[in-house]
Amino acid sequence: MSEADLSAPAADVGGPQQPLLEVRSLSKHFPVRGGFIGKAGVVRAVDDVNFSVDKGEVLGIVGESGCGKSTTARLVIGLIQPDQGSIILDGEKLGASLSLRDLRRRVQMVFQDSYASLNPRLTVEDSIAFGPKVHGIAADDARARAHDLLRKVGLDPALFAARYPHELSGGQRQRVNIARALALSPRLVLLDEAVSALDKSVEAQVLNLLIDLKEELGLTYVFISHDLNVVRFISDRVIVMYLGEVVETGPVEALWSDARHPYTRALFAAMPSLDPDRRTQEAPITGDPPNPIDPPSGCRFHTRCPFAESVCSEKSPSLFATGNERHFAACHMVDPASGHSKAGHFSARELQHA
Amino acid sequence: MSAVADDLVRIAAVDKARGYWASVFRRLSRDPLSVACASVLLLIALAAIFAPYLGLADPYQGSMIRRLRWIGTPGYPLGTDELGRDMVARLIYGGRLSLFLGLFPVVLAFCIGTTLGVMAGYLGGFVNQAIMRTVDVFYAFPSVLLAIAISGALGAGITNSIVSLTIVFIPPIVRVSESVTTSVRGLDFVDAARASGAGPITIMRVHVLGNVLGPIFVYSTSLISVCMILASGLSFLGLGTKPPEPEWGLMLNTLRTAIYANPWVAALPGAMIFIVSICFNLLSDGMRSAMDVRS
Repeated sequence: MSEADLSAPAADVGGPQQPLLEVRSLSKHFPVRGGFIGKAGVVRAVDDVNFSVDKGEVLGIVGESGCGKSTTARLVIGLIQPDQGSIILDGEKLGASLSLRDLRRRVQMVFQDSYASLNPRLTVEDSIAFGPKVHGIAADDARARAHDLLRKVGLDPALFAARYPHELSGGQRQRVNIARALALSPRLVLLDEAVSALDKSVEAQVLNLLIDLKEELGLTYVFISHDLNVVRFISDRVIVMYLGEVVETGPVEALWSDARHPYTRALFAAMPSLDPDRRTQEAPITGDPPNPIDPPSGCRFHTRCPFAESVCSEKSPSLFATGNERHFAACHMVDPASGHSKAGHFSARELQHA
Repeated sequence: MSAVADDLVRIAAVDKARGYWASVFRRLSRDPLSVACASVLLLIALAAIFAPYLGLADPYQGSMIRRLRWIGTPGYPLGTDELGRDMVARLIYGGRLSLFLGLFPVVLAFCIGTTLGVMAGYLGGFVNQAIMRTVDVFYAFPSVLLAIAISGALGAGITNSIVSLTIVFIPPIVRVSESVTTSVRGLDFVDAARASGAGPITIMRVHVLGNVLGPIFVYSTSLISVCMILASGLSFLGLGTKPPEPEWGLMLNTLRTAIYANPWVAALPGAMIFIVSICFNLLSDGMRSAMDVRS
């Protein structure tokens, strides 16, 4: 790939049918040292995760803290090395025909902490221009590009280019981070809790900015968040993760109207509602998530699942098709042949009375 | 209102054009204590450099009949030493070697130590282990003993004492720079820089160095006074400067025999070391706050 064409969005490769990103059986296990006599173990942060991202879509990843959302993003961009699995961008496999440098030119990331993700010693302009300079753009062109991007994210370069990060508000800093991520004209942007730390009005502005930029530059997003409302607003498809595994995936409408995995349902039930008739009456899931060093056998959710049966602790469910288009859930109740007594009962009402 | 805003923009633009170090210097010049310390150091350094043109007495020329004159003796404003040499000339000429021996080893150790420490901290793993364990070996000896041992092994002389002092000061600087680098390395902006495809050397230069240089610099400046005292210790043992060469540490040592006969004159070289080291320490504190862009 030539180094000089950073100002234009990268050309499409492989036609619209080919997924932009494919992640196959991705695993990352962090070794942990035991105590004085305790035995060492591994945290299965990401365990055999598969998904693909289509061109131009927004893929949401949701799940509670520690479920492996951020680790997945860091694995995709190569900030940490996977133990297993492959990352395929535009049909090219990372490590084979795709170099890490090329991957990082086409995939960029926006971090949650807007302050920690900007170098406090560099001006806004220098931070944005750093990436292009690394990829061989002359300093003057890189600065012009930084000004251009500042304008794109709604910051006047005359006012903001020479400022330092501590002189900006959280929302402005996150805009700078977005501009920095766009400086290499990536095709895929990983937004790791990118709006979570902002207050609601600023969050809405930044979300709208992200949508506008996506239209203008033909971007694809992987949007990681724990905020279900935001994910529903921005995403086309959603992945639900639990303890390092994908438990359910599907288009937003299918997932919100017809969630099949008890964990997904519990997540939705935990969303606060403004409607007094839909007030949450009891805690939907009890207990803490199990220790990821020694995850439960079989289905990892069975320790907290209200429908757990013996089959759940014996056999690990794979992702079964639910019948909805592109909608899969890793639950024995979805698979009629699993031996679960409630298998085949899909809707929440059916389950309650079955 | 808009005119004011325009002015602010213009000022900001001018600021930017001047660059980082210019703004550090501007902030430093607004701190009266730093300015005072810098002036004192500059005065001493200039006097030492231009000593031959100041019309001073010969610092080597002694006289048995005018030994240990008191401060304020006509013709000898700061008295004379145990061999009857003029203290003003001795102190000013002594600044040449003392400042050089205090500064140069620290500057060398700063360059080498920062490079090693930042590499160890950023690259981690095997590189870290290799560098830090080697440094630990040097830590096993007290710094005075280490300086004496290396100087003794290399033989007497100013060059060898500079080499030995440099070696003594590298390990603590490596330690400090490794620990500040490790704390910076985990921050998101370093990850963001890696994600933009930059190599380790570029990241260390652009993103790590600017954020770790402040504390390392301040720590190193505090070593200057220690270095001057160690250098004088080496001279005392005959491993560094040799009499009759004027050097503050050496003068302090030779005048120690006169401490009861003329304590004020005997204390003068010590006072010089004290003034210079406290000025360096205060100036380095000022530098630290001036280098912080958030101030």
